Amino acid sequence: MAVKVITVGEKILGTNDAKAEENKNRLEKNGIFTINIMSSPGAGKTSLILAAIKRFSRDIRIGVVEGDVASSVDAEKVNALGIPVVQINTGGGCHLDAFMVEKGLNNLNLEEIDLLFIENVGNLICPNAYLLGEDIRLMIASMPEGDDKPYKYPAMFADSDVVILNKTDLLPYLDFSEKSFREVVTGLNPDVIIFPVSCKTGSGLTAWFTWLEGALKAKKKSKSDGKNKHS
Amino acid sequence: MPFSHLPALLHSSIMKIAHLNYLHREEPMHEAGITESMLSLALEKAGEAQAKKIIRINLVIGELSGVVGDCVQFYFDALSKNTIAEGAALNFESKPVQIRCRKCRAVFSPTNHQWACPECHEMSAEIVSGRECYMESIEVE
Repeated sequence: MAVKVITVGEKILGTNDAKAEENKNRLEKNGIFTINIMSSPGAGKTSLILAAIKRFSRDIRIGVVEGDVASSVDAEKVNALGIPVVQINTGGGCHLDAFMVEKGLNNLNLEEIDLLFIENVGNLICPNAYLLGEDIRLMIASMPEGDDKPYKYPAMFADSDVVILNKTDLLPYLDFSEKSFREVVTGLNPDVIIFPVSCKTGSGLTAWFTWLEGALKAKKKSKSDGKNKHS
Repeated sequence: MPFSHLPALLHSSIMKIAHLNYLHREEPMHEAGITESMLSLALEKAGEAQAKKIIRINLVIGELSGVVGDCVQFYFDALSKNTIAEGAALNFESKPVQIRCRKCRAVFSPTNHQWACPECHEMSAEIVSGRECYMESIEVE
């Protein structure tokens, strides 16, 4: 029998991207500003989320989707602050995908959320390949990891809208050059916004919170503009 | 569809946290999900062409995609059993990381800590190759 070549030319993760688009529309409909938080394990994803909860939870309705290989340690911390949270355990899986996030969204009351944090599995490689339905991608690099990380994981640095440079309080003990870090990150990604912070001392967090407030206001405005358009 | 075989949602009775547990997945590795998506795409395309058998699947995988060919092959052998893709050869075309200088447009392969443009020494470049993860074609009978 003759062999026939069928040209495909399609992304292998096309089904994930399609589901991410569905998630995005659903979040959009509810006017939710969604942040996909990625970093290596221990860089400060949960600390950054907890800091935002403490700062904003009186004025802004926050929800959290926690992705971890196993355990619900992080979800318990968020839950303790009275914030709606869904724990997704990936069972060895190294990233969240759009299908998992969809199930996560099914377990949250989306009408009562303005700001959704999706805490991805700690990993600098695979999470980057999976769109989830987020508005922005935020990655955390912490100073103890070294200023050479952008060379090793360029795709994630290139694709992030915001880079939080955490643990600045440890700088006196490290050989970290913020200048060379910034040079390579902005070289890869000229539009990126970098916030040096310490979640431990609170230093630098005000600038990040101010940016986040601005982004939330813009989202709210686009939602009400959208409503007016349809009415 | 990937993960269609997931167990029903488990709700923790102790905490008020909705707990979605994927701990009992049969293939927890990264490549398992990729392989599942890849196989279903190949079967879909072969089905559309009313093919009897898939002989070969040609994939293009970038160095930055985090996909390991040997792992994909391993899962493929297991997942493709009793489908028309069973026994198909997987051909991986690996794409190296290449970046393009934003100033002079020169395309080059970065080395360890040397990301400055070799032509004009500008330190600003975009990734143009290395992220690929797609199916180029399938060969069927």
